[in-house]
Amino acid sequence: MSSLSLRLLPRLLPVSRTRLVRSHSAGAPVSVPARIAEKRRAALLGGGQARIDSQHKRGKLTARERILLLLDPDSFVEYDMFVEHRCADFGMESDQNKYPGDSVVTGQGRINGRLAYVFSQDFTVFGGSLSGAHAQKICKIMDQAVMVGAPVIGLNDSGGARIQEGVESLAGYADIFLRNVLCSGVVPQISLIMGPCAGGAVYSPALTDFTFMVKDTSYLFITGPDVVKSVTNEDVTQEQLGGAKTHTAVSGVAHRAFENDIDALLNLREFFNYLPLSNRDPAPVRKCHDPSNRLVPELDTVVPMESTKAYDMVDIVHSIVDEREFFEIMPSYARNMIVGFARMNGRTVGILGNQPKVASGCLDINSSVKGARFVRFCDAFNIPLITFVDVPGFLPGTAQEYGGIIRHGAKLLFAFAEATVPKITIITRKAYGGAYDVMSSKHLRGDVNYAWPTAEVAVMGAKGAVQIIFRGKETDAEAEYVNKFANPFPAAVRGFVDDIIEPSTTRIRICRDLEVLASKMQSNPWKKHANIPL
Amino acid sequence: MAASLRQVVAGSWRQPQRYLLALQCATHHTRWCLITSRTFYTAEYDPNEKVTFEKLLIANRGEIASDDKTCKKRAIKTVALCTDLSAGAVHVKMADEAVCVGPAPTSKSYLNMDAIMEAIKKTRAQAVHPGYGFLSENKEFARRLASEGVTFIGPDTHAIQAMGDKIESKLLAKNAKVNTIPGFDGVVKDADEAVRIAREIGYPVMIKASAGGGGKGMRIAWNDEETREGFRFSSQEAASSFGDDRLLIEKFIDNPRHIEIQVLADKHDNALWLNERECSIQRRNQKVVEEAPSTFLDPETRRAMGEQAVALAKAVKYSSAGTVEFLVDTKKSFYFLEMNTRLQVEHPITECITGLDLVQEMIRVAKGYPLRHKQADIPINGWAVECRVYAEDPYKSFGLPSIGRLSQYQEPLHVPNVRVDSGIQEGSDISIYYDPMISKLITYGSDRAEALQRMEEALDNYVIRGVTHNIALLREVIIHPRFVQGDVSTKFLPDVYPDGFKGHKLTDLEKRELLAIATSLYMAEQLRSQQFLGSPRISLAKLDLNNWELSIQLGDGTYPVTVSNNGSTFSVEVDGMKLNVTSEWNLASPLLSVTIDGTQRTIQCLSRDAAGNISIQFLGTVYKLRILTKLAAELSKYMPEKAVEDTTSILRSPMPGVVVAVSVKPADLVSEGQEVCVIEAMKMQNSMIAAKTGKATSKNLRGSWQHAGNPSCNL
Repeated sequence: MSSLSLRLLPRLLPVSRTRLVRSHSAGAPVSVPARIAEKRRAALLGGGQARIDSQHKRGKLTARERILLLLDPDSFVEYDMFVEHRCADFGMESDQNKYPGDSVVTGQGRINGRLAYVFSQDFTVFGGSLSGAHAQKICKIMDQAVMVGAPVIGLNDSGGARIQEGVESLAGYADIFLRNVLCSGVVPQISLIMGPCAGGAVYSPALTDFTFMVKDTSYLFITGPDVVKSVTNEDVTQEQLGGAKTHTAVSGVAHRAFENDIDALLNLREFFNYLPLSNRDPAPVRKCHDPSNRLVPELDTVVPMESTKAYDMVDIVHSIVDEREFFEIMPSYARNMIVGFARMNGRTVGILGNQPKVASGCLDINSSVKGARFVRFCDAFNIPLITFVDVPGFLPGTAQEYGGIIRHGAKLLFAFAEATVPKITIITRKAYGGAYDVMSSKHLRGDVNYAWPTAEVAVMGAKGAVQIIFRGKETDAEAEYVNKFANPFPAAVRGFVDDIIEPSTTRIRICRDLEVLASKMQSNPWKKHANIPL
Repeated sequence: MAASLRQVVAGSWRQPQRYLLALQCATHHTRWCLITSRTFYTAEYDPNEKVTFEKLLIANRGEIASDDKTCKKRAIKTVALCTDLSAGAVHVKMADEAVCVGPAPTSKSYLNMDAIMEAIKKTRAQAVHPGYGFLSENKEFARRLASEGVTFIGPDTHAIQAMGDKIESKLLAKNAKVNTIPGFDGVVKDADEAVRIAREIGYPVMIKASAGGGGKGMRIAWNDEETREGFRFSSQEAASSFGDDRLLIEKFIDNPRHIEIQVLADKHDNALWLNERECSIQRRNQKVVEEAPSTFLDPETRRAMGEQAVALAKAVKYSSAGTVEFLVDTKKSFYFLEMNTRLQVEHPITECITGLDLVQEMIRVAKGYPLRHKQADIPINGWAVECRVYAEDPYKSFGLPSIGRLSQYQEPLHVPNVRVDSGIQEGSDISIYYDPMISKLITYGSDRAEALQRMEEALDNYVIRGVTHNIALLREVIIHPRFVQGDVSTKFLPDVYPDGFKGHKLTDLEKRELLAIATSLYMAEQLRSQQFLGSPRISLAKLDLNNWELSIQLGDGTYPVTVSNNGSTFSVEVDGMKLNVTSEWNLASPLLSVTIDGTQRTIQCLSRDAAGNISIQFLGTVYKLRILTKLAAELSKYMPEKAVEDTTSILRSPMPGVVVAVSVKPADLVSEGQEVCVIEAMKMQNSMIAAKTGKATSKNLRGSWQHAGNPSCNL
């Protein structure tokens, strides 16, 4: 990292303070260049050194340090450094309560050479609280990001609304929400929660495409532990209520969590490289060293002989994609479904797969919603979908039915059916029942559907099927059912899979298909928008 | 399932497609074997000898069962045995037929004589090659084969019985004027009797199950207390693994070498000694590195040992290949240890230096042909070294088993004069049920230095991912000055690494090289992450790549480096020293050949992540580094320290295995050093000791299966 970029660090600022102080004391009018320099210096210092130190003590970096780590060296172009809040109540109008730039740093810069718009909330200024000016700064870069066609990254670290501003602050939130919605599907929006994010503020990250968190130092909740206690009499800590673990493993609000600020920002750089800049751009193709014609002998033995035995679908993904690099999304939530980004011959692809290791890889409410949202992101941003199927069906039971598995399962079905990006499906083992249809089947406009020799496409497992057909009378019919349906032939003879392939050739086949499908053109009938069963 | 037989046609009954693959695999392997055979074997086949057996059953698994090159060359059909677990294994794919003999535990499969006999009948195999281990030295098996008219490729029942019985073999050896060690063999009533016997012989003594081959389950006792403990373990192991209660207690020769003589005898009273193998480098009495010949033997000692070995073979009318093991003390006195009436794991190094194909000779002898060689025809040509590559963690007691799936596997066959005998392939599972051996890696050279140099290269070029392996230890051993000088004994490892193996210790220069390589790799990756193909709608900003300042953490040290890029070369300044690192920088390849100021190194990058963590296998050892920009490194001081779990109160299984005995109950008071439970893995019993005094709060049940690191007891 060049030392040039360090120039932006407030602590290392070369501007002399004493000279400015002297001109004030003399009462003489301060020259414009001096005032500019003074404002810039103040803006760079945010809420002042004491607050910066206390931010560091919490194990958090400042808004500016975060931007420096996120963006390429010397690439940050800041906007609105001179914007100040406009509140005149409760003593806010006094000079010492004015901070140039207010409580957010905004601008654009480069990540591995590619353009990104970024805002970074400054906790050292009024706890990063959202004022009208703060919101206006964010809206400005979002508007430009949509016009230019480049992603928006938000680094959230805010105590909430600027209470002194009242409704002005609420209006600010709504302005941002509106833009989040209008940007949705136009440019990727990423939120990285790096401190508190509470109240109405949580809805901005919730509206963006991806929400990442920092372990132990970030929180997301509608109301904090105190309000929870007073309303529902529940005793709960911040961490339990809205920490990274809660949201990545239990609620599914956040997509992934990282160890600390530095880890999170470096991972965000990596993640950014998978994304196209906007819906106008194709999925990016990065230079690739992994040969597209690489055979993967490992795959010929990965599926166990016994169809009841589990294996790790992530192993399959790792061995097929470029350089075993798989950026998993929501790795701790609804683990019976894996989703994430990888590359095939350099091109970004979205990977979905049932995970036989967890709950037999069945589809339930959470995994359906997790999958559906991922499919829709990929479809919106021209990222081809590769689906690995080993699904025994939807999870039965009252918990699921009462929870609305019908409605939620329909989301995944809807998303796959609606998607017009290249869709490649590999059935590794089970593809049973309605879940077979849902998992990017040929019938939902799958472009290329393959079966491995171990594939079993059937209405259900042989045992259950025989019980229903014969009402428990005949027992040796199970073998007949297995022979008839527990193999890829019934699907293959009907053209529901395009080919039965040697597992070791899977990478070669996918790379070749993606090459061809890169020029795929498909559209859905005109509509204002579809009505996905929310 | 145990007794029920299931005919498996080359792979799977469920998937006809795999059949094709099996054939491709076999063809490929044959081709490779022909290449090695040209390199290693000088003895050619006599075209006048008619096809010997039409079909041969290999009663074994893993690499020995895959090592049926001889059969391929001679067009003998092979039958492999598999279990429910190993049906997709390499040896099964390479064989012409495979028969499933039961579930994974060996006592129900490869040791299940009934199932194997039925497999022989079903496949109409005319002969059985037992490989090593399992039933290879089981006289009952040989007898049953004989009664069915099936040829056992190995010595006859009498010789197996004589040599398999430690008392009888010693008596026979004594009568044949072979030097022997004082000792006792038989049923030992109790610990007291064991102590009495041990005192009679004089400490130190060695205790093991009489029926156990090699060093399995062998324990050394220096005093009465250790004798009692050894008695307990060995008698338990004797009963559970072999169903034979007899124990062997004998004088333990301190600081000895383990040198063995390969013999080959026919049914016409001819016997040869094929020189020695030095197998002194051992851990827990199991061989790790072997070489032939030994640096220690002079021609006279060699001849004396060879002649005694042949005398013993003749005394039992031995036929087939066998090995006479000796302990050799520092004064070159040698003592007969035992005779293995089978092919040894390390037989390839003898094949290398003598040019004989031992498997072929065994088949010839079994069919009744006389030996074709005279003693004077047996040469020592060059030098051969064998390293046993195990799936185990060498940092724990020089190797505790690890399990897993081989996610990537690439043998160093591109290095000249390298032979790899393995029974696994990419995707294979290493399970707790069998020996954790991945392969035996053999290199050959015109002299020892060349063989060792090639071994170093071969180890660096060996890609094994998904399981922990012992390459680091192997590489350290073969470059250790004591080993290079030939100054070894069976206590080499504990002598050289008294505090356990800690990996390679980097010299200052090596450390700089490692830092420079890591930096360059990081930079290559950074550069690559900006290389997008196609024409972007918004143009890419170019980065200045000169004089990047980075900070690298390695161990406890943090090292500032600056780096500049010029094509495929990175100039890295570390500690005021400039190093130029050149490579292809192929980030997908598991092996990376780099040149640092003219020195070529092969490294493996095992993992790297966005947060700057990178692990590199350099000089055999894996180093974990963290590379950050100078800015990120400066800011990382603000990052909170994460709390680390206190592990002393949790007893974790050091390896995957089965809990066979639990000595405490919940709520028991446990004192530091007390045995809590015994975990059996890879046929070894391991006592689990409490790390601190406390009250046992929970435990996993006896008979349960433990992953490495699973807590088996909380204190």
